[in-house]
Amino acid sequence: MAKRSAPEVNAGSMADIAFLLLIFFLVTTTIETDSGISRKLPPELDVNQPPPPVIKERNLFTVLVNSNDELFVEDNVMDIKDLREAAVAFLDNGAQGCSYCQGAKAENSSTNPSKAVISLVNDRGTSYKRYIAVQNELVAAYNQLRDREAKSRYGESFVSMEQRYNDPRATDKEKDRLKPKIEEIRELYPEKLSEAEPKKN
Amino acid sequence: MSKFNKKKSGDLPAISTASLPDIVFMLLFFFMVATVMRDQTLMVKNNLPTANQVEKLDKKDLVMYIYAGEPVEAYQNTYGTSARIQLNDKFADVSMIQDFIYQERASKREELVPFLTTALKVDGESKMGLISDIKQELRSANALKINYVTKTGDAIENNN
Repeated sequence: MAKRSAPEVNAGSMADIAFLLLIFFLVTTTIETDSGISRKLPPELDVNQPPPPVIKERNLFTVLVNSNDELFVEDNVMDIKDLREAAVAFLDNGAQGCSYCQGAKAENSSTNPSKAVISLVNDRGTSYKRYIAVQNELVAAYNQLRDREAKSRYGESFVSMEQRYNDPRATDKEKDRLKPKIEEIRELYPEKLSEAEPKKN
Repeated sequence: MSKFNKKKSGDLPAISTASLPDIVFMLLFFFMVATVMRDQTLMVKNNLPTANQVEKLDKKDLVMYIYAGEPVEAYQNTYGTSARIQLNDKFADVSMIQDFIYQERASKREELVPFLTTALKVDGESKMGLISDIKQELRSANALKINYVTKTGDAIENNN
């Protein structure tokens, strides 16, 4: 028998097959990342822990959302549109020892941003979206003040500094430069947002 | 010096397409590696609320997802219409959250555990009671970094 050379396999359709697979993975790939409001929960209370220090009434900004999604700020009904402004006015009051505050320095509002605490209380029947809206406004109030300080000191808003810092592409050098700035601004307006356990009905 | 004179053929040689599959395969492998397939079927309604003061959740491998909301219609006969928690493809009870967290932690490298974030994907219509219960469980499990996953948009207009 004459020896025949093995016939060559036609590889012309290889590209088609690969394209088919490629298109499948292109379609199923999800690049979008989730975004949301980041919070840190308080650690669980230790039984032996000393009781928390008493906070002066004037340094406490109570926000209450009841089961009908109504908003009460310092025991008065408030529309959610006004919440951000009210929170900013409270945090930025700066009656004592706050050189950078631009608030009214009122007697019945907070003494210093580092002492001012926002207390958020919600009911078990409060809807989640209303809760998120309130959280959003309170975070916005902090961001607004931090942005203002960051802009006057470094000419860049706090949010954009943070974004650059958290960017995975940021170089170490850039991060080292941004870190003290971010920490300084955070120190000026520390986020003191306390959440009580919801009231039981 | 005829050594350097290449033979000249008149017509252009056809461009070889033999490397085309290689190129395409290269792309294919890139996308295969980069693809994160949706590994969970949602069994709860998940119409997220809206917020604009959001932070991005990068590093998807460091995120644990907890879904909550009303069961979708297909499951309403079996599970009713009150809001439920979903962990890993199954409806779960609040008490199962701690175990879930410990399992997730065990599956990650040890040095990454402190960076784990719990993302709460909760339907906007849910009541805070459920979310508070989840938060209490997370506190007991010492998973303190949480993120309320939202859509981006105006918070006041869209959350009424």
